[in-house]
Amino acid sequence: MRVLGIESSCDETGVALYDTDKGLLAHRLFSQIAMHAEYGGVVPELASRDHIRRVLPLLREALVDADMTMADIDGIAYTAGPGLIGALLTGASIARSMAWGLNVPAVGVHHMEGHLLAPMLEENPPELPFVALLVSGGHTMLVDVPRIGEYHILGESVDDAAGEAFDKTAKLMGLEYPGGPLLAKLAEQGREGVYKFPRPMVDRPGCDFSFSGLKTFSLTTWQKSGQTEQDKADIARAFEEAVVDTLFIKCRRALEQAGRKRLVVAGGVGANRRLRARLAELPGEVYFPRLAFCTDNGAMIAYAGALRLKAGANEAAVIQAKPRWPLTQLAAL
Amino acid sequence: MKLLALDTSTEACSAAVYTDGLTFSEFELTPKAHTQLILPMVEKVLAAAGLRLAELDALAVGCGPGAFTGIRIGVGVAQGLAMAAEKPVIALSTLAALAQQAYVQHGATQVLVALDARMSEVYWGQYVLQDGLMQLQGEERVCAPVDAPLPETTGWFAIGHGWSAYAEVLQARFGNKLSGIDAVSLPAAEFMLPLAVAGWQAGMAAAPEEAQPVYLRNKIALTTQERLVAKP
Repeated sequence: MRVLGIESSCDETGVALYDTDKGLLAHRLFSQIAMHAEYGGVVPELASRDHIRRVLPLLREALVDADMTMADIDGIAYTAGPGLIGALLTGASIARSMAWGLNVPAVGVHHMEGHLLAPMLEENPPELPFVALLVSGGHTMLVDVPRIGEYHILGESVDDAAGEAFDKTAKLMGLEYPGGPLLAKLAEQGREGVYKFPRPMVDRPGCDFSFSGLKTFSLTTWQKSGQTEQDKADIARAFEEAVVDTLFIKCRRALEQAGRKRLVVAGGVGANRRLRARLAELPGEVYFPRLAFCTDNGAMIAYAGALRLKAGANEAAVIQAKPRWPLTQLAAL
Repeated sequence: MKLLALDTSTEACSAAVYTDGLTFSEFELTPKAHTQLILPMVEKVLAAAGLRLAELDALAVGCGPGAFTGIRIGVGVAQGLAMAAEKPVIALSTLAALAQQAYVQHGATQVLVALDARMSEVYWGQYVLQDGLMQLQGEERVCAPVDAPLPETTGWFAIGHGWSAYAEVLQARFGNKLSGIDAVSLPAAEFMLPLAVAGWQAGMAAAPEEAQPVYLRNKIALTTQERLVAKP
């Protein structure tokens, strides 16, 4: 079965073609980061306006890459939520209508299910069950996955997502948007142990996170410092270590609590080098998607959708967009 | 010639088919239910006409102006259907559709279209009938009702909910130029069909990705630089 996947939940347009026998055939991505940078953050209306310009051209490129025609598509998966309503509706309108026009089944995919299944696209995919750490600009959560579609939230951020804390801390030290990756780069020049940041909520039971305090701690540290480039790098280093260490501690706890031996890491912050290195120290196996599939992409949507379509999913001819959609509401496969 | 037109750009949702001189249409007032209704509606008009998507020559879609999200749903549906069926798309103005409706239903030959654009503005277009089709005079624009350009002649028919949303300002400004007002009608696919037929004959049908929304309101956020300048 050959499945087209379309992702348009935020500021990236992703299109991919996945074959349930042969694996990933093609994937194309357009990132709007440069467009939103001028505004200091994602402007939802501009995101939607861009998605409707990108989906079909990306699809045509992917079809060429996969040496396929529209008639070869057996099913269509699209991100139905969670995300920006206007952005979701754009992809959903195109995808659902295309499936109707091709007379093939369609399925609305949960964006976070896409992320947590992204490591399945790699050569040595993790076996089930596992614990997944979803860590991005919009989410920080630990999820127990006994089987695909059955998700138990072990813990999540009570305030800022980890990626959000990276971006905000970068911004308050004057780095450009989106500052998270720049902050991580700057941290490489930072010296170890110059500043000591707290590890929020590690002294409390459970796997919940809180990152907004770290952002405030960074601000006061920055204001009290000499505000040189070296200070900036040292603070970035201390901040990053605090986030990474906190994530490490909670991941270890989540694995113990759920009695699992495998950890799957997904989401944009999963591309962070220090985090990848630190989590590799966990007892058990740790799986990451390739860097390109840490951030939003069509491939993970095509994959997650393909599993559901193969299991018989076939939605009515209505366009679905669910800006808020708890992961725990999904049906198990 | 066989064409399918659809529109979801305002509070209305509509689809219509033209097949060799016959038309079949559906229209519903359905604020916020476009996503539920548009595909079943397309299915219904195609079934009424006894047509499959594959038998069409082209699709037509109301590409705006109107509600941003609504326009994108319509254009997205048209793109998706057209890409699937490998058909071209004719992008049509919702203001032109209203002008055409004023001709068909009220016999108007010169029309001032005003749709409520919110934020104290209207989407504005001035249309004149030529060979049974409404043709745009000048450009469509988004502007404050007091800035809507005043035609020199009289006998203009007014259509669109802008005429009720800003009744006081517009009627004071245009009152003596008008021959009649329909402030209730909304853009409908049925009245896009004559424009689509002409568009098809004029070679306006293009690849589905060429069909793009026309928002008219294009400045929708301030850049970081602009916000800094705006601060006192």
